[in-house]
Amino acid sequence: MFLLLCPLNRVDATMTTNVRKLLLGVATAGAAGLLFYACATPGKTTDLATGDAASKVYVAPGSYDKYYAFLSGGYNGQIGVYGLPSGRLLKFVSVFSQNPETGWGYNEESKPMLQTTYGMIPWDDSHHPELSQTDGVPDGRWLFINGNNTPRVARVDLTTFETTEILQIPNSAGGHASPFTTPNTKYIVSATRFSVPIPNADVPIASYKQNFKGTLSFITADQPGKMDIAFQILLPGYNYDLGHAGKGPSDGWFFFTSYNSEQANEKLELNASQNDKDFIAAVNYKAAESCLAAGKAVTTPSQYYHNTMDEKSHQAKATLMTSVQMLTPASCPGMVYYMPTPKSPHGVDIDPSGEYIVAGGKLATVIPVHAFSKMQKAIADKAFDGSVDGIPVLKYASTIAGEVQKPGLGPLHTEFDGKGNAYTSMFISSEIVKWKLGTWEVLDRMPVFYSVGHLMIPGGDSKKPWGQYALSLNKITKDRYLPTGPELSQSAQLIDISGDKMKMLLDFPTIGEPHYAQALPAELIRDKQVKFYKLAENTNAGVVKAESEGGITRNGKRIDIKMAAIRSHFAPDNIEGVQVGDTVYFHVTNIEQDWDIVHGFAVLGAENSELIMAPGATRTLKWIPKSTGVFPFYCTDFCSALHQEMQGYVRVSAAGSNVPLMANTSPKAKAQVARMKASGAAEKSSHGMAGMPGMSGG
Amino acid sequence: MTKLSRLLVGAAALLLLVLYFLPLWQVRLVAPQYPEGLGMHIHINTVTGATETDLNNINGLNHYIGMQRIEADAIPELAVMPWIVAVLAASGVAVAVAGRRRPLFAWVTAFAALAVAGLIDFWRWEYDYGHHLDMEHAIIKIPGMSYQPPLIGSKQLLNFTATSWPDLGGVAAGVAFALAVVALVITLRSRRLVAGRVAA
Repeated sequence: MFLLLCPLNRVDATMTTNVRKLLLGVATAGAAGLLFYACATPGKTTDLATGDAASKVYVAPGSYDKYYAFLSGGYNGQIGVYGLPSGRLLKFVSVFSQNPETGWGYNEESKPMLQTTYGMIPWDDSHHPELSQTDGVPDGRWLFINGNNTPRVARVDLTTFETTEILQIPNSAGGHASPFTTPNTKYIVSATRFSVPIPNADVPIASYKQNFKGTLSFITADQPGKMDIAFQILLPGYNYDLGHAGKGPSDGWFFFTSYNSEQANEKLELNASQNDKDFIAAVNYKAAESCLAAGKAVTTPSQYYHNTMDEKSHQAKATLMTSVQMLTPASCPGMVYYMPTPKSPHGVDIDPSGEYIVAGGKLATVIPVHAFSKMQKAIADKAFDGSVDGIPVLKYASTIAGEVQKPGLGPLHTEFDGKGNAYTSMFISSEIVKWKLGTWEVLDRMPVFYSVGHLMIPGGDSKKPWGQYALSLNKITKDRYLPTGPELSQSAQLIDISGDKMKMLLDFPTIGEPHYAQALPAELIRDKQVKFYKLAENTNAGVVKAESEGGITRNGKRIDIKMAAIRSHFAPDNIEGVQVGDTVYFHVTNIEQDWDIVHGFAVLGAENSELIMAPGATRTLKWIPKSTGVFPFYCTDFCSALHQEMQGYVRVSAAGSNVPLMANTSPKAKAQVARMKASGAAEKSSHGMAGMPGMSGG
Repeated sequence: MTKLSRLLVGAAALLLLVLYFLPLWQVRLVAPQYPEGLGMHIHINTVTGATETDLNNINGLNHYIGMQRIEADAIPELAVMPWIVAVLAASGVAVAVAGRRRPLFAWVTAFAALAVAGLIDFWRWEYDYGHHLDMEHAIIKIPGMSYQPPLIGSKQLLNFTATSWPDLGGVAAGVAFALAVVALVITLRSRRLVAGRVAA
């Protein structure tokens, strides 16, 4: 049958949609659902975007987008910031992965940010950006994001778009269900995707059922620089997948999906898909707080790093933490309940009212919706269907409010428009389905290209969505853009959801592999952007605040060179006295105090990246010269008309050479010194740099 | 002097005190790379940037053309001007209290003379900064090019459009001068009326 119908996909989009609706009905009813994937994958549908789509996404030169959208970079470990509705890339924020473009993780200041108990990890897989909230609404203070591979969470300051804090999550393997926030950002969470022995131990993998456990972590997040693990909850060894906090009536609860309740340890594709239902773990974190206060938690030795970036010195510091407070469901009755939910649920999304808990059963043929009020009644009535490790299992019928019938195939994630409608991404049937909360009827379908993972509505997971656009974050790109070899960028699609029917507006490619995204109106952060760092407040150990303060010092085999960068020169720009066998640290300060006047620094043969210095910031490059000679350095960021002149030389002599230490000062620096002396305001310029904190060894 | 003209002179004298709080003159510089502009405020006692960093940035840019650094300490007039304004304001109050015509003539004349002298002095400083360049260290050297901003109005200086205009303090001083002139006119007219009545 599909052989006959498939070619229609390429004929007429409207007709195709109708045919697909029909087909979906047939396929969801039939047993051959997955086969249908081959057919449901739509063909060229350039005519899907109709009418005034172009004018709805056009942002005229010099005009601004209405929304900032933060798209996780997936396996690039970073964050892409885009403007909506134009889809223009605005910024790439370095988080978990070294980035030679900015020097993140290469310069001495940022290296400690990537420190973990496994060592300095240069990469991660970042999945879920999460905006901080006040009273359940994104407030534009911070953006959090998880590192999936080596479980971590990071905070990005939205006045600078810089990563300022990273916390490692101990007793966890695969921090996937993270970093979703509670309505006032008291906590963000992290749940382990891979259960492992806790504490980790050398045991047979086949002993999974006896030895493997999962953890949920609640992380205090409302104080910048002070993220910490408030408590962890030890749970049965399933895979914990995603989570969302309750709000309104369900405030104080957190919901996590789990799969692999079969507790398979091999070939999960098949073995973890056996049970008809897995669980949503409903966690009463207020009850957990009470148990913690009552001393029911066990202080568990656990090593993990808390890394912070000092806002004045721009120097990161890694601090080793040594224990967590661990709660178990048995020690804290009433803290965790399991809600059976069909077929390996992935997303768990709470509607703006806080009443409905929508699950995305990857392999389910319906979208089940639990009601918080029914869940509370079931708990009060003890409508239990047994228990697992001290966790009561609620009866499915006692918590379910409704099921969306025939929604499509492969429901993953749901977001809301604040007007009583829900939008669910369908991976297998490659569409976004709009349906009504309460009646559970499907209202509209929009094919997307191809195979959507997450979808995102600005504020669509919050109490007050800005329900104008939906962004479809597609996993497969194929023929959407000019082809670029076997590996393609990922594809995002912007959909207008302001009317009854969804309208396709725009395709745009993205970098990395965005999983989830968050967005908020531009005015919430646009006007509080830092334009430059105040030089007067810079407390970096290698800072120079005037050209005259530049210089060179030797301390054994360590050489420190302090240097100012200002249009269009370095001061000093001729350096001698360095010897083979020395370790050289260039501390370069951009002493400009002017918006978007950025300087870079690179030196020939450095086994390192460049430095990029924002105005007012100091960055330090470690360089170990291996041979004698003269090595040029230069500015890498086109800063001014005489950028090409912004350069200098370092002379490297043989070990034990008697070439004296020399760092010249420019005529301008000399004039500056004279001026400072004349005005009697000469600042003390310290050249004694031995024993600078945070800079030894590297 | 009529009661009205005495009030006007008193008001004019007091209005001059605004100069202790608000700048006399402003220079704005706008270029393709500086759509938000850079600004300089000239007060009676100092020169500041429109923002905390503007003056330093203007000086930084001026190093390309070899212009001397614009610094308040290098301009001795800024040490004297507060005293001149103080004397002018105090004598204005005295004129209002005394209510005699002759001191009023003298005061308005002195005000006018000081204003003209101030503008000439400002122009001379602009000329000095714009013409006396350090050609040895200048990076951009264009034969015949000078960088004197206008006294009032706009002028293109390389990529920058420089606009010079009275700032709020300058406007207040202008209004004060206008009030003084009105007081003078009223006084002159009342004298003529008195003279006419005597003749009749």
